Amino acid sequence: MGEFRLDGNAAAGPLREVFSFEVTTAQYSCVGCGRTDRLGAAMVYEVRQLGTIVRCPSCDNPLIRLAHNREGYLVDLRGTRYLTTG
Amino acid sequence: MIPGVSSATGGTSAVAVQPRRLSWQLAEVVEVVPETPRTRSLVLEVAGWKGHKAGQHVDIRLTAEDGYQAQRSYSIASAPEDERLVLTVERLEDGEVSPYLTDVLMAGDKLELRGPIGGYFAWEAKDGGPLLLVAGGSGVVPLMAMLRHRAAVSSDVPARLLYSSRSYEEIIYRKELERLVAQDGSLEVIHTLTRSRPKGWSSYHRRIDLKMLKEVGPPPAERLLAFICGPTPLVEGVATALVEIGHDTLYVKTERFGPTGGGG
Amino acid sequence: MSGGFFSRGFRGRRRPVEQGTQLPPGQYLVEGFPVLSAGPTPRTPLEEEWDFSIIGEVDEPRRWTWKEFQALPSEEITRDIHCVTKWSKLGTRWEGVSVDTLLEGVETAAEFVMAFCDGGYTTNMPLEEVIGGKAWVAYAYEGEPLEPEHGGPVRLLVPHLYFWKSAKWVRGLRLLNHDEPGFWESLGYHNHGDPWREQRYWGD
Repeated sequence: MGEFRLDGNAAAGPLREVFSFEVTTAQYSCVGCGRTDRLGAAMVYEVRQLGTIVRCPSCDNPLIRLAHNREGYLVDLRGTRYLTTG
Repeated sequence: MIPGVSSATGGTSAVAVQPRRLSWQLAEVVEVVPETPRTRSLVLEVAGWKGHKAGQHVDIRLTAEDGYQAQRSYSIASAPEDERLVLTVERLEDGEVSPYLTDVLMAGDKLELRGPIGGYFAWEAKDGGPLLLVAGGSGVVPLMAMLRHRAAVSSDVPARLLYSSRSYEEIIYRKELERLVAQDGSLEVIHTLTRSRPKGWSSYHRRIDLKMLKEVGPPPAERLLAFICGPTPLVEGVATALVEIGHDTLYVKTERFGPTGGGG
Repeated sequence: MSGGFFSRGFRGRRRPVEQGTQLPPGQYLVEGFPVLSAGPTPRTPLEEEWDFSIIGEVDEPRRWTWKEFQALPSEEITRDIHCVTKWSKLGTRWEGVSVDTLLEGVETAAEFVMAFCDGGYTTNMPLEEVIGGKAWVAYAYEGEPLEPEHGGPVRLLVPHLYFWKSAKWVRGLRLLNHDEPGFWESLGYHNHGDPWREQRYWGD
């Protein structure tokens, strides 16, 4: 026990509820450290219960924060400079 | 977006390639196949299943009569070419969803699922290789889908599976793997057993380590596609070791089976 | 989908609620102690690096090293806890330092507090929610040192609010004149989070 991280791939379900493209093969650029990589290679925490937090594997900056509420979803992308679909 | 409905722009517009929004659907359990003492394969009939890529997963949602729900992800074990969708589920002792799937669910029951999900940890024959697949326990499931796909399309991409199990009895798909190896010169399966081993066991009997990966894997000069799936410590240990050996991280893909999304 | 579908024979891993026990609306009792983590588990060296501080709108910042913090008067606390993901646990036993003790002698006009943590997690509350014997900084759970996955070495304990307010790996309190949303409060979760009024999301 101790580490509760999963791969970006594990967030594919929740993320597909709000994004219409295949997110795990999309490229992100991290606001925190500038790393670019595929979201499938990022780290995911707390899938589905409180929300889905996708973090940069280099600097732990939250790239995507996604939570659902009674009406729908709230997505916070301020940790991502851009996403390119792939 | 409404699934399957395109706007009337006529001709072949980009609408046709828009992915469908992920929606829940009911599958019917056709058969429950015991694989090992702790794992069962669920053979499912899913109306309108549009196919998947080897390595992808589905989300399963269970609903109690009072509306309480629990949701988990499970890897697809079947090849895209197979007639039916198969999930192989390991029973986790303190799990909430997996004991239901392995012990309660029977042929004829309905199961709510959505998918296929996750294009990153996926392999198609056209992606080439050579393939290095490393599995710990039920982490073999999405890798098995890749090997089944590879066999189904008669791919000659060289493939090696290094597979860590606790004991001989707990090796999932053991006979099928033996059969695949026997009929295919470009496939190798190397087992390691971490707890007990049968008399006369001549293969590895320890946790996967750097030395084992050096012996088993292709040299770093050769670009390989590596897929690692299993418990978090195994996945992280193997990924680190492969990079240490000199393999390019770009081609090392990992799928942790953890206590959040994957397990339970 | 759902549409009346239920999974034959599925109940979930919930415990039956005994008669006379009252749970906040929408909650159920859970086995074990679920772990929810929005980030990596921090492991700050206790002797060399760890401290706890009161900063922000205060006359003078306060700071305790691990050794000093452990020497503060502690209390034993037994309370029910309620997570916004709908699980509750009854009668959990904790040991820690009351926030009242930490704020003793602190002069402030602040009305709000932001708890800040290793790993960058934050959660906000009105100051009055953490004073008057309502909140603690806990370092032991059920008689054992608090495990890292549950927030050790110390976590905030504000049991009368949803459990995300009980910040894991807490390193201090920032006192503020104005309210600011924390990690989950800025992501659609209720600013106050009273389980008895089922304040789960914005607008509840």
